[in-house]
Amino acid sequence: MKFSENWLRTFVDSRLSTNELAHALTMAGLEVEAIEPVAPAFSKVVVAEVVSLHKHPDADHLNVCEVNTGSAGGGEPLQIVCGAANVRAGVKVPCALNGARLPGIAIKPTRIRGVESGGMLCSARELGLGEGTAGLLLLPADAPTGADFRHYYELEDKLLTLKLTPNRGDCLGLTGVAREVAAITSQSLRLPTAKPAVGQIDEILAIHVDAPDACPLYCGRVIRGISLDVPTPQWMLRRLERSGLRAINGVVDVTNYVMLETGQPLHAFDLAKISGAITGSIRVRYAAAGEMLQLLNGENLVLQPDMLVIADEAKPLALAGIMGGNESGVTQGTTDVFLESAFFSPDVIAGKSFSLGFSSDSAYRFERGVDFGGTRSAMERATGLILDICGGTAGPVAETRGKLPRRDPIGLRLERVRRVLGIDLGEARVAELLRRLQFSFSIAGGFFAITPPTYRFDLAIEEDLIEELARIHGYDHIPPTLPRVSLGMLPEPEIRKAPSRLRQILVGRDYQEVINYAFVDPTWESELAGNKMPVALKNPLSSLLTVMRSSLLGGLLSNLQFNLNRKQSRVRLFESGCCFERSGETYTQQEKMAGLCYGDAMAEQWGTAARWVDFYDVKADIEALFWPSVADVAAATHPALHPGKSARISLNNKIAGFLGELHPRWQQKFDLPKSVVLFELNMDVLTTQTLPKATEISKYPPIRRDIAVVVPENVRVQAMLDCMYANRSSVVSEISLFDVYHGKGVEDGKKSLAFRMLLQDTEKTLTDAEADRITKMLINVLESRFGATLRN
Amino acid sequence: MTNLDQLLREAIELFNGIDNTVELEQAKARYLGRHGRLTELLKGLGKLAPEERPVMGSRINQAKEALEAALNLRRDVIQEKQLEERLVEEALDVTLPGRGLGTGGVHPVTRTLERIQSLFHSMGFTVASGPEIETDFYNFTALNIPENHPARAMHDTFYIDNDGKDGQLLRTHTSPVQIRHMEGNRPPLKVIAPGKVYRCDSDLTHTPMFHQVEGLWIDENANFSALKGVLGDFMQHFFERDDLPVRFRASFFPFTEPSAEMDIGCVMCQNGCRICGYTGWLEVLGCGMVHPNVLKHVSIDSEKYIGFAFGLGVERLAMLRYGVTDLRLFFENDLRFLKQFN
Repeated sequence: MKFSENWLRTFVDSRLSTNELAHALTMAGLEVEAIEPVAPAFSKVVVAEVVSLHKHPDADHLNVCEVNTGSAGGGEPLQIVCGAANVRAGVKVPCALNGARLPGIAIKPTRIRGVESGGMLCSARELGLGEGTAGLLLLPADAPTGADFRHYYELEDKLLTLKLTPNRGDCLGLTGVAREVAAITSQSLRLPTAKPAVGQIDEILAIHVDAPDACPLYCGRVIRGISLDVPTPQWMLRRLERSGLRAINGVVDVTNYVMLETGQPLHAFDLAKISGAITGSIRVRYAAAGEMLQLLNGENLVLQPDMLVIADEAKPLALAGIMGGNESGVTQGTTDVFLESAFFSPDVIAGKSFSLGFSSDSAYRFERGVDFGGTRSAMERATGLILDICGGTAGPVAETRGKLPRRDPIGLRLERVRRVLGIDLGEARVAELLRRLQFSFSIAGGFFAITPPTYRFDLAIEEDLIEELARIHGYDHIPPTLPRVSLGMLPEPEIRKAPSRLRQILVGRDYQEVINYAFVDPTWESELAGNKMPVALKNPLSSLLTVMRSSLLGGLLSNLQFNLNRKQSRVRLFESGCCFERSGETYTQQEKMAGLCYGDAMAEQWGTAARWVDFYDVKADIEALFWPSVADVAAATHPALHPGKSARISLNNKIAGFLGELHPRWQQKFDLPKSVVLFELNMDVLTTQTLPKATEISKYPPIRRDIAVVVPENVRVQAMLDCMYANRSSVVSEISLFDVYHGKGVEDGKKSLAFRMLLQDTEKTLTDAEADRITKMLINVLESRFGATLRN
Repeated sequence: MTNLDQLLREAIELFNGIDNTVELEQAKARYLGRHGRLTELLKGLGKLAPEERPVMGSRINQAKEALEAALNLRRDVIQEKQLEERLVEEALDVTLPGRGLGTGGVHPVTRTLERIQSLFHSMGFTVASGPEIETDFYNFTALNIPENHPARAMHDTFYIDNDGKDGQLLRTHTSPVQIRHMEGNRPPLKVIAPGKVYRCDSDLTHTPMFHQVEGLWIDENANFSALKGVLGDFMQHFFERDDLPVRFRASFFPFTEPSAEMDIGCVMCQNGCRICGYTGWLEVLGCGMVHPNVLKHVSIDSEKYIGFAFGLGVERLAMLRYGVTDLRLFFENDLRFLKQFN
């Protein structure tokens, strides 16, 4: 809602400065979003008349004008050289006198191609009044010659823009804003009153409301014999313009003006276009499916049965409360009109223009609620202005009235006010605030019964009134306090590994966290994540980001690409976030944590040979995430990963995720020069851990035995370890692999594996002989199961 | 007599002139070895008259002890010197950089989220969470935003394409977690809900995904004055100030009544800047007293309990705290930006 400050000040006499006024409105919930001057600062510009002109002797496009600036120019006509194409003898234009300062230029006597010029005739653009058309700003013939132009054009004014919340439809008219100012500042209101036009003709167009719930109040009147040749007065145009509305014609300008003033949208129909107008009637009804209507914005609408229309006997004329029809609109040739002022129920209008894809000032107001108590007087106000400006004679108002919204009294308890706000306002203060708000009320023993005004659609319960009191009293006047409560400790489950700790583990291993949008390129889903049925958006922001991610990998890979393009050579990233998958009728939403490594295992540094990061480096990172639990890793394939270098991770038979090197196909597609290692794990598996349980430490020293065996290349280390653990003597406390060797001494197709065993008896010191026997037993198992041979 | 003194003097002089242990041991042998001069003297005792023997024997032994003491002293000196030399040789260039893996960092939004969480945790708030694909009911209806309410249009909602069925959407705020939490728990309640939210909007100052922290306190005395106190306290602690100006403006949210917007004094300037739009104030959160209709939805008696809720924008706070001037940087994931927060 944008309007002229001067206009507002005609309704409420506030001594506050512009900034103070804006601050007061903002604090009370009507946020002033912008304060702009109507025009930039300039001085010494007056209304001037071009008396005569002749061609410049040395320039085709210049004219030498004799200009009358009245008393401002000292009575003498000025000679001014002007290059504007629209300069004519007799026109009135703004003229900058010598010494004037305009935006960007100062005016002083000069010679233009040898001819003296004392001043400048101005265009709108030169005065900073918008772009305008090229050429001089032509003023009405009755503009007083010599008058200060700023004063004449009412430029000492500011434009205020309110960012209104949807509950305050009552402030979509200037009188509503004025009412607020009056309440906040305790000032009195001066609202325009309109005397009912005396019916000079008795013609009535009968009104039939077929949908009384949708349209509980409809006023209509015929006005005949108007002329649209007369221009709309400057003061009205100026106010319309300052609210961002264009001049159209006298009748439409008046309906717009009254809407801005009162908040009541009005519509005027060309009476000649209403079929059967003489004998007929206006009908307010729901559209029949398939009826057509061309709107004022040119759109051809196929009407739906939930759309309310204003119709004549043959056809729909307008989409009620939203937009008029093109055919029945008032145009330059219109001489008779049917003027409508109605109340349409917010429920009927709400959402319609949104779903139709356009907005209108009328719909915007009706869906928020229009003051049905002012519908009739807005009609009178508009009638008066039309008769004044366009002439004509008005018929009587035909009105149908149904069940209007109720305004039942709402109870308000002083005690509840104190409880909700935390301060005691007292009965007298509450009564004063209610009076300032112009709410009618009664009091009995700390209990108020308050009847909300017809223009307020946002007051239904006690809390709504408490907010009104707090607003007008001032939120600033409610002191902040810290509540007193009984203290209790918060739960701290130890079997949960907090996500923040998991993040810190990766941070400690040189990973950088990223956050990507959760909507992704659908090809990532179908191909990279192997998800053929991703969760799709109905209204994506772009054709690239149309589905919800089921995996974090695509985002990480695009981050890698982005950073490689910015000359990074080593990139280690992780992200945790929600991933989405269809699951029948519903969706699974699971937190995942994923990582990506590209580049040297360690940043280039002295004393360390550079080595490209590989599967096993990242496997160690995953082990750190799970530690002290040990996850199972088994060869498995994944659409994003190299089939020979990928694994599934699980913990206690629950699948946790996967790890592997990016498939070469994807490496190429993402234009990556070298290999990438990736992992993705489910957060729920990562965040569960078990409580430690202490066991006794043995008094006897452990014995270490190392063995090296040669096995065929395809034997899996995990299988050997599992087998050794399964067949071990109870004194074997730990078996681990510490070396893998290929080369001299080991034939092709085989590998040498070195295992370390720790033997620990809790009862006695083990003898070497016992240790040898136990070790030999495990070697035998490896020989028989895996064809292992002991290497010397 | 004099011979023995002479010999002792000579020996000590010799030892003190030696700089390595090998030579010192050789020198030792010359006096104390099998044929050493002192050993010879001891051997010669037998040739002395019996009454002279004990006197002489004792003198030679004294000399021997003195010699050994001198030797030990010299040994220590030599070892000490050798250690000194070794230490000098072994000295490192301690200014060479350390080796090994570097250290990464968390995203600035995570950093800010964790900071917000820990501040509220210190006041006894627990953390709740909820789904990001929400139903129309939790995102709107239960929050007192009926269908066709103009507030819905303000939310720029992303809807899920659900084979023509309606009602599934990406949550536009973290407020639905309030409802879910109140459904499962009874007052008093003190909870925050951090998380991602989505709006169908993208320009200089909007990203289609961003983070919010929702807060809810339901108790018998969690009134508007307390709301001002708690949120004011939070802002002071978040920015580590004790004089940060704050103000509460009347506003509108369908799920709170009364509602307010909270502004803080601009932390980026002294007298007006682009960030605060030359007003000196920055809008940081929306809040208000939980609407009785919302409590009714979850069967909490609004006569017995009152409470407040708030929702703050995490990126906004991160920008103000760390001086980030472009919101979109948070989701570009440029390492040169991210590493500034490590």
